[in-house]
Amino acid sequence: MKANLLAFLAGALFGTGLIFSRLADPGRVLAFLDLAAGSDPALPITMALSASTFAVLYRAALRPGNWFTRSIERPRPGRIDGRLVFGASLFGAGWGLAGLCPGPAVVSLGALAPGVVWFLPAMLAGLFLGDAPGALVARLRSARWAA
Amino acid sequence: MTTSLIIIAIGGMALGAGSAFIAFARGRLAGVSALLRGAVEGARGDRAWRWSALAGIATAGAVAEHVAPGSLPGSDASPVVLIVAGLLVGAGARIGNGCTSGHGICGVGRASPRSIVASTLFCAVGALVVAAARWI
Repeated sequence: MKANLLAFLAGALFGTGLIFSRLADPGRVLAFLDLAAGSDPALPITMALSASTFAVLYRAALRPGNWFTRSIERPRPGRIDGRLVFGASLFGAGWGLAGLCPGPAVVSLGALAPGVVWFLPAMLAGLFLGDAPGALVARLRSARWAA
Repeated sequence: MTTSLIIIAIGGMALGAGSAFIAFARGRLAGVSALLRGAVEGARGDRAWRWSALAGIATAGAVAEHVAPGSLPGSDASPVVLIVAGLLVGAGARIGNGCTSGHGICGVGRASPRSIVASTLFCAVGALVVAAARWI
């Protein structure tokens, strides 16, 4: 119960951050990605400050005997493989197309902002079925080799 | 201009702190795409906190729209563009195992090489698509 309340409040803080930083404004996101127009400085500021704020708090949480969390996961560095590069490129293409990504889509849903009704269901379909095309191709390939 | 930059800076810090506190809730690192996936596909006892975090994010949007209408402008792109973009963002987050928050905030904040590569690619490919859209 306590974890759920903390998660809710943390989510609310996260959502407020998305709105204040204008990351939830597709127009500002596209203005940042538009290098030809001079690129909007709002996003690099947001990215640098959010990652460094996270870094400070995460490091504090890793210290044994801290007061805010008993244990926090520490993922081992993984390999940079084709899957990561392919997935991140698809993601970037979609982000550049509409200026929306998962966080802003969820915060915009709360506001019933225009466009979310199209973007969010499609994003969820991609998120839950995104492996299906690749798996199908792999199956067809192995079937052909077997025949 | 200065005031808006200060607001943006506060927003950036709130975003980073929110990401950290989401992780502190259960000791699990999760960006928004990981929250969404885990809320549906996760183990039984591991779903409620994810739904709670997502509800918190959506609530922030609802409150903001009520207090300051227009603070969440949304997108006026055509439905076809939005659907294609949504499919790409969703599938990309699954295949690349993370989104702008998971890789961009938590991953870069941990100095994870995978996340640094992913975040650089998000921006580079995004910029290419915007440049291409200018030509069309």
